[in-house]
Amino acid sequence: MKELRLMKGNEAIAEAAIRAGVDGYFGYPITPQSEVLEYLMLEKPEERTGMVVLQAESEVAAINMVYGGAGAGKMVMTSSSSPGISLKQEGITYIAGAELPCLILNVVRGGPGLGTIQPAQSDYFQSVKGGGHGDYKLIVLAPASVQEMYDFVELSFDLAFKYRNPALILSDGAIGQMMEKVEIGEQKKRLTDAEVKERCPWATTGKDANRERNIITSLDLDPNKQELFNHKLQDKYKEIEEKEVRFEEIQTEDAEYLFVAYGTSSRICQKSVQLARAKGLKVGLLRPITLFPFPSKRLAELSKQVKGILSVEMSAGQMIEDIKLAVNCNVPVEHFGRMGGIIPSPGEVVEALEQKF
Amino acid sequence: MAENITNKDIVKEENLVYKKTDLLTDKALSYCPGCGHGTAHRLVMEVVEELEAQDKTVGIAPVGCSVLAYEFMDIDMQQAAHGRAPALATAIKRLYPEKYVFTYQGDGDLAAIGTAETIHACNRGENITIIFVNNGIYGMTGGQMAPTTLPGMRSSTSPYGREVASMGNPLKITELVAQLPGTYYVTRQAVHTPAAVRKAKKAIKKAFENQKLNKGLSFIEIVSNCNSGWKMTPNQANQWMVDNMFPFYELGDIKVPEE
Amino acid sequence: MAKVKGSIVVDIEKCKGCEVCVPACPTDVIQLAEEVNGKGYHYAYMANPDACIGCANCAIVCPDGVITVYKKKVDK
Ligand SMILES: Cc1ncc(C[n+]2csc(CCOP(=O)(O)OP(=O)(O)O)c2C)c(N)n1
Ligand code: SF4
Ligand code: SF4
Ligand code: SF4
Repeated sequence: MKELRLMKGNEAIAEAAIRAGVDGYFGYPITPQSEVLEYLMLEKPEERTGMVVLQAESEVAAINMVYGGAGAGKMVMTSSSSPGISLKQEGITYIAGAELPCLILNVVRGGPGLGTIQPAQSDYFQSVKGGGHGDYKLIVLAPASVQEMYDFVELSFDLAFKYRNPALILSDGAIGQMMEKVEIGEQKKRLTDAEVKERCPWATTGKDANRERNIITSLDLDPNKQELFNHKLQDKYKEIEEKEVRFEEIQTEDAEYLFVAYGTSSRICQKSVQLARAKGLKVGLLRPITLFPFPSKRLAELSKQVKGILSVEMSAGQMIEDIKLAVNCNVPVEHFGRMGGIIPSPGEVVEALEQKF
Repeated sequence: MAENITNKDIVKEENLVYKKTDLLTDKALSYCPGCGHGTAHRLVMEVVEELEAQDKTVGIAPVGCSVLAYEFMDIDMQQAAHGRAPALATAIKRLYPEKYVFTYQGDGDLAAIGTAETIHACNRGENITIIFVNNGIYGMTGGQMAPTTLPGMRSSTSPYGREVASMGNPLKITELVAQLPGTYYVTRQAVHTPAAVRKAKKAIKKAFENQKLNKGLSFIEIVSNCNSGWKMTPNQANQWMVDNMFPFYELGDIKVPEE
Repeated sequence: MAKVKGSIVVDIEKCKGCEVCVPACPTDVIQLAEEVNGKGYHYAYMANPDACIGCANCAIVCPDGVITVYKKKVDK
């Protein structure tokens, strides 16, 4: 029998972490994602699976705890919302530079600055273009339901370990707070220390006589080596772009116009597709599930079929830049968005489509 | 007759009294001649060797002159962002409670940019060892003022001497963390003389043993010279340290566990 | 009467000529050489080898760990 539970998105993340056999969670409270830490504290995962859960003194400390745990080969994660994610950028670039797997959850709220506690999608650039200093990328997954919040925890770790790269779940306040039915997976066993050693022969698990010491660092003062290393990173990102693109299409077969939207915006756009079709407009929706790697190839194909693309985002227009790059001026691309914590209505989106094309 | 005995007769494996521990790699240290970092590195590795803990130890290198500590210590190590070593150590120790975990940090790293991480790791009583090398200056970046720079002490960003009224007071972070219930053993040592080195090593060993006994955090400050930053010869710098640093940063135990 | 005689071996190429070992020696054995090593440092050497008692003071203060110490009991 499948176990179904009514859960908030943030709670689903926490439960998924316990069930996926995550070894450590390090967080700091911030709305609208505090339920992740609260749920974990309430559930006593140290008793359920031996998982370590710690409220850190700041987001900076939390991400650096993740850095330490990841360097030691463990499955570790943190979560926060926009202002906290900004603070984490230092740690994230070190983690990317040291090529370590981990999971970071951003339940995005409106910005800039302290902004608002309401949902937004204005951290897109920060998420998919690196975020901190240096040339690096995160694997970015964008859930559009509470079920996906749950499912993407394990998926993120699978990808993160496969590529030795940090993964980010880019959610928003709406999905974090909304309650939906979730199908809960089985409890997985946490890896033993011996299994960790086997999976991560590079990790700082203690140097024994059988191997050279393991060093986790992002430093190389020799520019030639540093350039080589950067090439290696870029090759890895290319491979991820070739193999890991995920997206969903809704009524694109006959579409003459296309919405592109992820997360909460994509839920709105599903309704907008129905409204538009009721009006006789043949509209489809492409929902990127991975924002990096971005479904550029599929967009390029669709750009030959449709007359116009509307990027719908809860931001001033960030993802639109990646869409434009993907379609390479084949077709007009416009943006429609609301900001400051406002979720657009399905009707507004259809109106915008009619106005712009 | 003793007088006839040659060096060749003495320099034999069976007569060996002291050699560099094998837990230091053969790579030449990147430190300036006479810098205390080298001695401090060696003591930590000697302790790990004596505890037969090479396979059970994870060290965290800071940002500072000792950023490359992992090149010299033959153990698994992670290199932290500036000031964040105690956060890394916290996670590693909690995920591997049976391992020895230590951070090795300078005064800028530990007492300026990493103050929060330091204080909270201490306050939580993380069962780790912090080795804190206080040379009163930012060595790596070229001798700028540190939180530990003495009043009146010159540095490249206090070229006329640290003026307390505008630049603030030096921070005795070791006394500060000794106030916290989470610290178990807090001591201030030095490595400029044979006697000091022997004492410092004892302190480091005690700190590692405390981990084994799950006692909480041990904090070992090592007051050291930065002869380059202070613009002195190593022996002058050591003397200056005795005359100026020690009166302010008094050597000795600050918090000793009641047995 | 048993007497102890010591000797040190300096890894010349790794010595940085910092001179920290010199005042650490209780019997004034060590001085810096006139010559320099491959890195240009005047390296430490036993200027007064007979006085060495093998106490290892020099070795334990040497920041670069380049001194190895030996000692042997000799009968007078
Ligand atoms: C975030 C950040 N800020 C500044 C620096 C530059 N920086 C490198 S080392 C250092 C100071 C190190 O001084 P200290 O911790 O006292 O160690 P020492 O070099 O004296 O051993 C600074 C400011 C950096 N690497 N990262
Ligand atoms: S700059 Fe100062 S702290 Fe750094 S290696 Fe040189 S003497 Fe040591
Ligand atoms: S202390 Fe070591 S490095 Fe310095 S002069 Fe003596 S032997 Fe050479
Ligand atoms: S072993 Fe002792 S006596 Fe011999 S040179 Fe070294 S310090 Fe001097």
